[in-house]
Amino acid sequence: MFKYFPHTKADIDSMLKALNISSIDELFKDIPESVIFNSDYDVPSFMSESELRNHFAELAKKNQELTLFSGLGLYDHYQPAVIDALTSRQEFMTSYTPYQPEISQGTLQYIFEYQSMIQTLTGLEVSNASMYDGSTATAEACFMACAVAKRNKVLLSSTLNPNTINVIKTYLKYKELEWDFIEEKDGVIDIEDLKNKLDKDTAGVIVQKPNIYGIIEDYSGFSELIKANKSLFVINADISTLGVLKSPKEDGADIACGECQSLGMPVAFGGPTLGYLATEKTYVRKMPGRICGYTHDLEGKRAFVLTLQAREQHIRRSKANSNICSNQSLMALFVTIYLSLMGKNGLKEVNNLSYQGAHYLYDKLIATGKFKDPFQKPFLKEFTLQTTLPKETIQTALLENGIFGGLGLDVFGDKYEGLVNFSVTEKRTKSEIDKLISILEGLS
Amino acid sequence: MINYNKLIFELSNKDRIGYSLPKQRFTNYNIENLDPSLSRQTELLLPEVSELDVLRHFTNISNKNFGVENGFYPLGSCTMKYNPKINEEMASNKAFRNLHPLQPANTVQGALEVYYNLQTYLSEISGLKEFSLNPYAGAHGELVGLMIIKAYHEDRGDFKRKKIIIPDSAHGTNPASTVVCGMDVVEIESNEFGRVDLEKLKAVLSDEIAGMMLTNPNTLGIFENDICEITKLVHEAGGLMYYDGANLNALLGKVRPGDMGFDVMHINLHKTFSTPHGGGGPGSGPVGVTEELSKYLPNPRIKKLDDYYYVENSGEALGQISSYFGNYMVSLRAYTYIRTLGKENLRLVGPYATLNANYISKALKPAYELPIQGYCMHEVVFNGLINKDTDVRTLDIAKRLLDFGMHAPTIYFPLLFPQAIMIEPTETESKETIDDFINVMHKIAIEAKEEPEKLKQAPTKTPIRRTDEVFAAKMMIFSYKDYLEYINNRG
Ligand SMILES: Cc1ncc(COP(=O)(O)O)c(C=O)c1O
Repeated sequence: MFKYFPHTKADIDSMLKALNISSIDELFKDIPESVIFNSDYDVPSFMSESELRNHFAELAKKNQELTLFSGLGLYDHYQPAVIDALTSRQEFMTSYTPYQPEISQGTLQYIFEYQSMIQTLTGLEVSNASMYDGSTATAEACFMACAVAKRNKVLLSSTLNPNTINVIKTYLKYKELEWDFIEEKDGVIDIEDLKNKLDKDTAGVIVQKPNIYGIIEDYSGFSELIKANKSLFVINADISTLGVLKSPKEDGADIACGECQSLGMPVAFGGPTLGYLATEKTYVRKMPGRICGYTHDLEGKRAFVLTLQAREQHIRRSKANSNICSNQSLMALFVTIYLSLMGKNGLKEVNNLSYQGAHYLYDKLIATGKFKDPFQKPFLKEFTLQTTLPKETIQTALLENGIFGGLGLDVFGDKYEGLVNFSVTEKRTKSEIDKLISILEGLS
Repeated sequence: MINYNKLIFELSNKDRIGYSLPKQRFTNYNIENLDPSLSRQTELLLPEVSELDVLRHFTNISNKNFGVENGFYPLGSCTMKYNPKINEEMASNKAFRNLHPLQPANTVQGALEVYYNLQTYLSEISGLKEFSLNPYAGAHGELVGLMIIKAYHEDRGDFKRKKIIIPDSAHGTNPASTVVCGMDVVEIESNEFGRVDLEKLKAVLSDEIAGMMLTNPNTLGIFENDICEITKLVHEAGGLMYYDGANLNALLGKVRPGDMGFDVMHINLHKTFSTPHGGGGPGSGPVGVTEELSKYLPNPRIKKLDDYYYVENSGEALGQISSYFGNYMVSLRAYTYIRTLGKENLRLVGPYATLNANYISKALKPAYELPIQGYCMHEVVFNGLINKDTDVRTLDIAKRLLDFGMHAPTIYFPLLFPQAIMIEPTETESKETIDDFINVMHKIAIEAKEEPEKLKQAPTKTPIRRTDEVFAAKMMIFSYKDYLEYINNRG
């Protein structure tokens, strides 16, 4: 016997008898003999629960938990204890897509609340129920722009996170759509280059804020230019920062998308996180993914259901807006709980604390004389400096002290040679920051 | 508690808070100093509630949900097996959860080892050479697999191969993924046994075929017994075979997709490998390929040299399809599952799942129309009641099941049968549970004849009754803001 299989010998015998067969093998008679797999898999033997715990303890020793001073899209924000307690409830965790609304109001209601929160943060009218991650959400935003504008090219800002760029390029390439880059100037997207490149094929313009350097870009004039060209303006924004920064709506965006990891999710070696996607109702029929809407049941009770499903693969098959089916629903619950706890004041406070720590670190690093700011632009919790210190020296010294930070941006390509990234969240204490400064001060 | 009927926004009380943050430490800096042209001007509509408010709210709404631990969840095609607690315990380990994916490889050797070994186990279980765990879900895996197929043909200069053959029984994601990948769908009709019709297949084969997507057992729960012939035909025509691994559970211990001639596949870790479905994700859709295709697997890849694991980005790869390593924490759970079962128990999964499904099939056959005779695999599809004289439909049967404390099966899929009811019990269900379900289904069949109105009214014991979907689509109330406007206008 095995703990996940309740079948006793007697059960099996009586089930076989009911089926008039003498062995389970008979059920597989349709399978050609030539492909039957008759041996054991070459995987290890089973483990008891305590052996597994020991095994994981051994594996864990091979990992080094570090104090995070680099983010580049994934940040070490505080995670309220309430979130794990609630997201691990089996009612949320083990259910599936809420296709039976009568017994799925828990899921449907939090999706509605999630959509409401993304709505208010982005300022746009409608959010879907979630996308896989920030990069795939942005790639889908590109598809959406092409579908709405009925054109086949997007313009990508050179200041997007390179991971996002790579994912967009893969998606566009296979869908046989085109892209071009808008040049950057002094660390931000160059509006003059945008003017030159907008043309009758341009479906959308994709920008990121704060950008890869941590800079809060200023999009004054963008939306007018883009709209005049009948293209869509797509802003990828770190969702947490929208608690204090100008919203995509205020910037004139048609689509907002990006990563929600910054809302207290663990960095989790990259996943699961959650991508958000929001737009105006005019474009909702071109939106990918699930959408939850308010309605009532036949007794007039408030209820929530998945709606406008004629956009989706299970109804429209090859004509669907996207192939997405399972998304990241439980992470949408995570976001909803986080934002419920933080409220508007907490979110501002998190941003302010991060801002303060980052600016303190920035000033101190500049004061060491070993770092220069090549851009001199406003930032929030993340910034990029130029240094003549070899990046290996920085990494080694920091790692020896249990710190991950000052990451050389050239992990993303030679274009970023000599640039290092720092990010500071509200979790970083003054003594952690001072320690980082003193280590870097001592390097040569 | 199931009458709880509040939105989190409706609990809001100005200035109440649910967080605790560190004191301000660097007071000579302030975000208020940011240029107003960069700052948010509009107020945020977020709730202001206490920690206990939040706990009660989400606990109360969770009680309106049905999970695998509430009762039988025979949702076909979704493999709603038990999600082991030990998986969750391992995935909560901070030594994994707190790793940044850009950390140097020597600081994440344990995490890379899990990823690498899971790739290896999946290869062994599926008979394919190499895997990537980066795709986020089944449909994402399909897209990546199709990209690999497209890249393979293009690399050989064979640019006209842009058509993918898909049986009409396939899941909607198959054709949708094909189009997202910039290829065209050639749909073929299934034969009277719900299987691929070899003649129809032959008729569409040409030098424009890039490949074929197949689910086996197919979505009717039927094994494609001509599989060797199918793969041979497609290969001879120059196409590649894609295996939709949503139904892999049936095959554990019995058949490996690679041995059937498939070149590319995805696995839903959230189905076969017991990771929780999360109300619709996060799942994971690892993609496996033959040796010849392995160079196309997406970046980043995890490799091993002697005993050292490292991250590689290859120029030959199809590119990147995720920010990092996919839903890594889901992989960690699947790894735990495989180590828990070990080779001794993994091979029993398919047989037990199949035994359970056939037992149901036989027991319900007297009352429900079984359109395809013979043994099924891990799931069975009925076409509504045998008795078609009542106006009771599959929807009513599904809704009535909810009143008996069971989740409904998948309904109206596959599309081949207008009243499809797709039942997948999985191997983690006991004979008693299954007998209960069978009894309830028979009871419903009798009710359909004697008290059809009861079924039309069902469910009545659930937190809400049937919903008005037309209203939802017409009113488009997608947020609390919309809701407030609606309430105000209504007066
Ligand atoms: C047969 C089949 N293929 C593909 C999928 C898509 O998988 P996912 O929802 O993980 O994207 C599913 C499940 O929903 C399925 O049942």
